[in-house]
Amino acid sequence: MPELGALVEKVRSKNAGPFWVTIDIFCGSDTVFGQVVKAVSTDRVAALFQCPAESIKRFEIADLNVLKFSLPRPVVQGSRQDCDMHGAAWAALISELSVN
Amino acid sequence: MTRILIPSGALGLGYDPVALERGIAAKPDLIAIDGGSTDSGPSYLGRGVSKYARASTRIEWAGLIEAQAKAGVPLVIGTAGTCGAGTAVDWLVEITREILSEQGRSAKIAVLKSDQPAERLKSALAAGRITPLSPAPSISDEVLDDCTNIVALAGAEQIAAAIEIGAEIIIAGRTTDTAIIAALPLMRGDHAGAAWHGAKIGECGALCATNPQSGVILLDVDTDSFTITPLADGANATPHTVSAHMLYENTDPFILYEPGGHLDVTGARYEALDARRVRVSGSRWVPSARYTVKLEGARVTGYQCMLMTLLRDPHYIANADAWCADIETRCRAKVIDRLGLAADAFEIELRQIGRNATLGALENRSAEPVELGIMGIVTAGSEALADEIGKTLNPYLLHHPLTQQEEQPTFAFPFSPAEISIGPVYEFCLNHVLELDDPMDAFTLEVIHA
Repeated sequence: MPELGALVEKVRSKNAGPFWVTIDIFCGSDTVFGQVVKAVSTDRVAALFQCPAESIKRFEIADLNVLKFSLPRPVVQGSRQDCDMHGAAWAALISELSVN
Repeated sequence: MTRILIPSGALGLGYDPVALERGIAAKPDLIAIDGGSTDSGPSYLGRGVSKYARASTRIEWAGLIEAQAKAGVPLVIGTAGTCGAGTAVDWLVEITREILSEQGRSAKIAVLKSDQPAERLKSALAAGRITPLSPAPSISDEVLDDCTNIVALAGAEQIAAAIEIGAEIIIAGRTTDTAIIAALPLMRGDHAGAAWHGAKIGECGALCATNPQSGVILLDVDTDSFTITPLADGANATPHTVSAHMLYENTDPFILYEPGGHLDVTGARYEALDARRVRVSGSRWVPSARYTVKLEGARVTGYQCMLMTLLRDPHYIANADAWCADIETRCRAKVIDRLGLAADAFEIELRQIGRNATLGALENRSAEPVELGIMGIVTAGSEALADEIGKTLNPYLLHHPLTQQEEQPTFAFPFSPAEISIGPVYEFCLNHVLELDDPMDAFTLEVIHA
């Protein structure tokens, strides 16, 4: 099964203020968008980030072929437990998801 | 119509000087640039300092002050000095004075400050005028007292007050990224939805276009829409690059909260005027019943000392978990014994760079690395104590054997001294809004002739 990162144009993750992180999946085409929306369920993302599914905001933006997730950071940006000040590495976990 | 020239996403990131000249020739009504954000972490707000080098800031700011003179329109910077705290604003004012004197000119400068004294906020808290956003840490008088800096994010109203003074240069403390751009079109009666939406699209400079690092763009706001024009060679705005910018650093790509209301772009239409320019209409501004400004605060959460050692021996790399756990246990016991500290008075954490130092418990991949960096992080109640514990940890990271049977190993230290004192570490401790009767109630405006 291919990894999501090989199918899409780009996955990026970034802080949305110190208390949230947001992940944008730029699918690049209607076909890939359809595939990704189906394969990447909110529950799968919740399991990946070890957070409750209810805490995740999901946006399926067909005009842009973008699937977006926003979730409260498990630790506040820059707190002692935070390993990733800008929330940059979360994208890697999404990129590595397998897609049917 | 109001034309805003935006040289780049932040002062310190650089801009294309040729494109800036084109922008001046296009006769803008105002030049606006952002000076910071929370994105670099709580230390800058906690200490009230800029993250960018003074020399870089000075050169780029001098270029913009020159552009201001040529264009003959106000130059506005928001969130001066990365964090927008008073000391960072003063720092940029000092740099501005130096530049003006060097350029042999004088200017009227408006200085807007966003600092919030703890006493004001304690009264507001007691009066129920501070409301948590989601998710918010709990706050109390004690938390407010502990903050070394608290700022409120000014909106378009406070920037408008500064513009009304007739200053050539406006140096503002913490503002929303958009306020410095939206203020003038709003003052002139342009479409409010277009003003805020255009400001959001434009606030990162050319990040809303191709050739994103070129910086310079023009924003035209009129009575029903806005138009984005990137000015550098090879920079083109398309409906896709412009609409996609609403995703950037936004929790919700359709809604943006600002002091006094929110922007709703659900009905926005993006239209290519030509290969380079995009016109956007249909954005909506929804005023709120209460006028609130967001608060940001940082306080010291401990003092840290950092050590780094490198493992190249495959035997140690393979057993790094056990090795690190053993060191943590032994070193903790030694600190408690020799320094007489309580077990909860300090922390020692060893992170394995090459294994899971980026994602911690979320990491789901593994591979045997060629080498492994071990980052030792000590946290304690004072700088002296953190450094003392760092020195206690040092011999373990240099020589600790996996078992007592083996010969004493030595690991690679990349630095001398091996203990790197980080000093105070800060945390963001507010995610709240403050209600105001008048937008200027929590802000001060001062005029300087320099």
